[in-house]
Amino acid sequence: MDTVPADGLLSASWLLIALPLAGAAVLLLGGKRTDRWGHLLGTATIAASFVLAVACTFQLDDRQVAVDLFTFIDSGNLDVQAGLLFDPLSAVFALLITGVGALIHVYSIGYMAHDPRRRRFFAYLNLFVAAMLLLVLGDNYVALYVGWEGVGLASYLLIAFWHERPAAATAAKKAFIMNRVGDVGLALAIFVMFTQLGTVTYEGVFGSVGLLAGGTVTAIGLLLLLGACGKSGQFPLQAWLPDAMEGPTPVSALIHAATMVTAGVYLIARSAPIFDLTETARTVVLCVGAITLMIGAIAGCAFDDIKKVLAYSTVSQIGYMFLAVGLGPIGYAAAIAHLLTHGFFKAGLFLGAGSVMHAMDDQVDMRRFGGLARKLPVTFVTFGLGYLALIGFPFLSGYWTKDAIIEAAFDRGGASGWVLGGVAVLGAGLTAFYMTRLMFMTFFGRPRWAPSEPGRETPHPHESPPVMTVPMIVLSVGSIAAGFLLVQAFPLDEWLEPVFGVPEEAEHVVAPAVVGIAVTVVMLLGVLAAWLFVGRREVPVVAPARVSPVTRAARKALYADAINESLFMRPGQWLTRALVWVDNRGVDGAVNGLAAGLGGSSARLGRAQTGFVRTYALGMLGGAVLVVGALLAVTAG
Amino acid sequence: MTLSHYLVLAAILFTIGAVGVLVRRNAIVVFMCVELMLNSVNLTLVTFARATGTVDGQIMAFFVMVVAAAEVVVGLAIIMSIYRTRRSASVDDANLLKY
Amino acid sequence: MSDFPFLLLMIVVPAVGAAVVAALPRGRELLGKQISLGVSLLVLLLAVLATAAFDAGGDRFQLTSSVSWIEDFGVSFALGVDGIALVMLLLIGVLVPVVVGASWDDAPVGTRSTTTFFAWILLLEAMMVGVFAATDVFLFYVFFEAMLVPMYFLIGSFGGPRRQYAAVKFFLYSLVGGLIMLAAVIGLYVVSAQQGEGSFAFEVLNAIDIDPDVQKLLFLGFFIAFAIKAPLVPLHTWLPDAGAEAPIGGAVLLVGVLDKVGTFGFIRYCLPLFPDASRDFAPYVLALAVAGVLYAALLAMGQSDMKRLVSYTSIAHFGFIALGIFAFTTESLTGAVLYMVNHGIATGLLFLVVGMMIARGGSRRIADYGGVAAQAPAFAGVFLIAGLASLALPGTNSFVSEFLVLIGSYPTRPVFTIIATVGIILAALYVLLMYQRTMHGPARGLMAAPGAARPAAGEPAPAGGHGTTTATATATATTATARRFADLSRREIAVVAPLVALIIVLGVYPQPLIDLVEPAVADTVSDVGGDPGGVTPDVDQNGAETEAGN
Repeated sequence: MDTVPADGLLSASWLLIALPLAGAAVLLLGGKRTDRWGHLLGTATIAASFVLAVACTFQLDDRQVAVDLFTFIDSGNLDVQAGLLFDPLSAVFALLITGVGALIHVYSIGYMAHDPRRRRFFAYLNLFVAAMLLLVLGDNYVALYVGWEGVGLASYLLIAFWHERPAAATAAKKAFIMNRVGDVGLALAIFVMFTQLGTVTYEGVFGSVGLLAGGTVTAIGLLLLLGACGKSGQFPLQAWLPDAMEGPTPVSALIHAATMVTAGVYLIARSAPIFDLTETARTVVLCVGAITLMIGAIAGCAFDDIKKVLAYSTVSQIGYMFLAVGLGPIGYAAAIAHLLTHGFFKAGLFLGAGSVMHAMDDQVDMRRFGGLARKLPVTFVTFGLGYLALIGFPFLSGYWTKDAIIEAAFDRGGASGWVLGGVAVLGAGLTAFYMTRLMFMTFFGRPRWAPSEPGRETPHPHESPPVMTVPMIVLSVGSIAAGFLLVQAFPLDEWLEPVFGVPEEAEHVVAPAVVGIAVTVVMLLGVLAAWLFVGRREVPVVAPARVSPVTRAARKALYADAINESLFMRPGQWLTRALVWVDNRGVDGAVNGLAAGLGGSSARLGRAQTGFVRTYALGMLGGAVLVVGALLAVTAG
Repeated sequence: MTLSHYLVLAAILFTIGAVGVLVRRNAIVVFMCVELMLNSVNLTLVTFARATGTVDGQIMAFFVMVVAAAEVVVGLAIIMSIYRTRRSASVDDANLLKY
Repeated sequence: MSDFPFLLLMIVVPAVGAAVVAALPRGRELLGKQISLGVSLLVLLLAVLATAAFDAGGDRFQLTSSVSWIEDFGVSFALGVDGIALVMLLLIGVLVPVVVGASWDDAPVGTRSTTTFFAWILLLEAMMVGVFAATDVFLFYVFFEAMLVPMYFLIGSFGGPRRQYAAVKFFLYSLVGGLIMLAAVIGLYVVSAQQGEGSFAFEVLNAIDIDPDVQKLLFLGFFIAFAIKAPLVPLHTWLPDAGAEAPIGGAVLLVGVLDKVGTFGFIRYCLPLFPDASRDFAPYVLALAVAGVLYAALLAMGQSDMKRLVSYTSIAHFGFIALGIFAFTTESLTGAVLYMVNHGIATGLLFLVVGMMIARGGSRRIADYGGVAAQAPAFAGVFLIAGLASLALPGTNSFVSEFLVLIGSYPTRPVFTIIATVGIILAALYVLLMYQRTMHGPARGLMAAPGAARPAAGEPAPAGGHGTTTATATATATTATARRFADLSRREIAVVAPLVALIIVLGVYPQPLIDLVEPAVADTVSDVGGDPGGVTPDVDQNGAETEAGN
């Protein structure tokens, strides 16, 4: 499939990025003057981008369209053009980003209505959308990298939006740093590509990557994977994502559920021609996906913070997507499909959680919820639909797309296929468990409401205003229908064929129907278990202290933070302190020591000058004797 | 009386002067010892002038006497002022000229 | 137009301006500031016009002028610029007016006169222009040393509490380096005299062949001087002291421009004049550079003094620049030159912002600030932009240069590059740590009134009713009211706006700058034996003659 120059509306696709960026610039530079209408402008620019994205997608057919903008960096043999690539894959992402982005902007108008800094919130959101669009629309790895770090910045700004709270500020920093670890991988991958192939464009790299030695391709693949892990919160860089929930909930919905964290999946899917050549790297992707899937699911079962449960759920679901892309050609389309449906239902779930928090005076502890189904009917229904979609309830979104991944895992064949398929099925069961637990604790049972902070009133839950519920309703419709549409009605894998090619028809190891039934049964078992452990009992308002070691480990998210701290943070701090000492005492000490030594010896020499005339006279005499002696010695000799 | 007798005398005078400078504390005495050393040198100069039959040494001796006279004037003035400020003419009581 | 003596004027105008400002009587401070601003803007205009007159594809040195100076030794007052020197002149032109504006309201230290400060700044500008514009090695040396004098007085007279110590340390360090360089300069003359007529002119020296062993000695002479100037670990310890004690304007020029003389010297003198020695020593220099990247970044994290922290970040950045220079590829060297400019802008802004913070809070300690972002959002925004530029976030100018340095160094020096790339994590750490501690969190330290801070720190708020507690609370409330952290004033906005704009513009569209420096960079790379056309990929696009293809 060759890339063709842009024509018609597509040549204006740079406006997709420019509109939100301009919105952000106006809001940030405009200052207080824009307070009154800033949120409307922000929403309008995203909506305009969405309309444009839809129009562009309709014009696209199944072509790959290049838009050349300007020369970014051209030095020596390195030529980086600022250019866009609008192809089926990036079109799908552009639609997701602007579509969900626009909905969440609308929701935020209500959610942030009482925040004095609402204008800045919208500016940052716009900045995020612009960076994310650059990430998916760029036609080379450098543009991707620019967008990649751009979304990292937006994520930093938004997590730390309530920066007076130390936890938010720390979480933001943690997110940025862990992302940077991944970014190093991405940067090094780009360096290797340039060194080996002399180009960084997708077209150039994919065209000649086949000429490289196998080891080099594997290295590129693993480095890309490191980058993907950082951005997508995958093992071993998953610890930042749950902390990122310190940001306002719309941020969690848009950035840390629907779009940014799936950038890793995009990166690997986009680099499919590279990963197709390296079995090793693909296997590592598979392992990362499977491990993360389980970590997220296990941790999700133990937390009481509603947003953290959803965050670990995100970690786990992205694990599914990694698993899918790790499977190679048969999995790419499945991963993207799951990414899209996940974008819908997880964004809907987060918005629902935001609505609950809105009603409960920013309380996030599920042990302090309960019985909210009656008080928040719209939230309950939309959240419930998202929940059903997530656990893979038959014929809702998650069912179609998750099933496809699990099937593909079994189809891999051999022992590894069984292991991966088993893990994926088990993960589905755990997902059902923790999400059902969440539902029971939040919407059912006896109200356990309490003031969110000492000194405040017990909240009186009330349904959110329409500006918030309408986006939730729209997303819940997506949760119902998106899966069917993408898998059955308008198959995504056909739409994406220009990018990924036509996968070979895999031999089914296990009949799809069997997989579907097995997954449904395991899912129902998970729901049943949740009912047994949570639903039919009274939920204690304080988490029980005497629990099994497994639960304790799960509550600590399998000690990810502890490991990071003891392996990196503490040695790092120790090293820093040691180096400060070395620099002050050692390096600078040597210099100052030299100076002090010179000064000291001059002082000691000066001490010989006593000021007593007779000392000097003796010195002169001694000198004279020496001179005479020397003269005699010379004449005698 | 040969030349060497004068030279020996000059050496003895010089030694006495040098030892005096080193061991005496009174600035006046030290000063007189310095004069003694200068005069021993004068004696040497004149002796050699006589021996070589030239007048260079004698001219030199005059120079030394003039310088010594000037030195006495300045030196005694310094000693006087030190004595006035410190009520002492001992060289060990004045050690201001140091580092 | 190209005969117009731009370079000479750029030296003479600020020098005369300095004399005029210094001669002003007391009480005419405002006039002195106005003259300084006018003169520095005039120099900026000259620099811009010189750039317009410069033909990037033309001769290596342009806008040249030469007057014989010490004929017996072939010394001439020869000026001229290549693309690299030209962008440095532009940087000087931009930074000096900014520094003048930033120092506008600085209270003079003790009895020092304000006009003297500005006179030194202008004199420093003249010397800095001279050092970059000299094409005669001896003239370069003269400016190299003369530059120390104004900076010595800027630090020693107008600096912080330990200014004397810092100024003397700065001076001695530089002087030692300078003297070693003087020996090498003379050695260079001797070598040239052995091969014909002795000369100090760069182009003559560049043309002669020097025995490799002699090259090594001469290289070391120049290298040590430059390695002190552009501090490479372990010759860096003067910079944190000087950077911390210098007045903000001085610190900006010190780190932004003055230290670049070192890296400029590597590019202009070490590589072209001593190509064999440069290649021989490259691994060691690279080791120092990369060690510096990590070492200084870790040290920056451990600092409690903001100005010291910024100084250490600069040392880490100089490591990147040295990496780019000694990797000997067109891409990396272009990146290094861009890095010199971008670092001047980014770190200049960072120093300015830190200086504004210190001017408000009266303390250099990070721990004395907290929660500033809530009180002064625009200030925090500019601080963040400066910090992000310092950690080379894409979209800021520093990204372009850092990326070019790293991607250009990787083909020839993969191991060093990988290690240096890890440094970008540390860069994020030290910037964000400082940002979080000062800008985020609850109001803390000087920003919080003692009366308000205490209950927040854990003690329960004094309950009404108890006579004693109420009395104490009222007392603290009246004696110490919360100090508001004022947001940017109009003057401050005017000072930071050009730099912020440059950070963004050069981050998005750096190509004009690249086009300006690349011919000179290619010349330098071919002097040192590299391929001026750029890195050749390991795999041929057409699949011919590839080892990896099968």
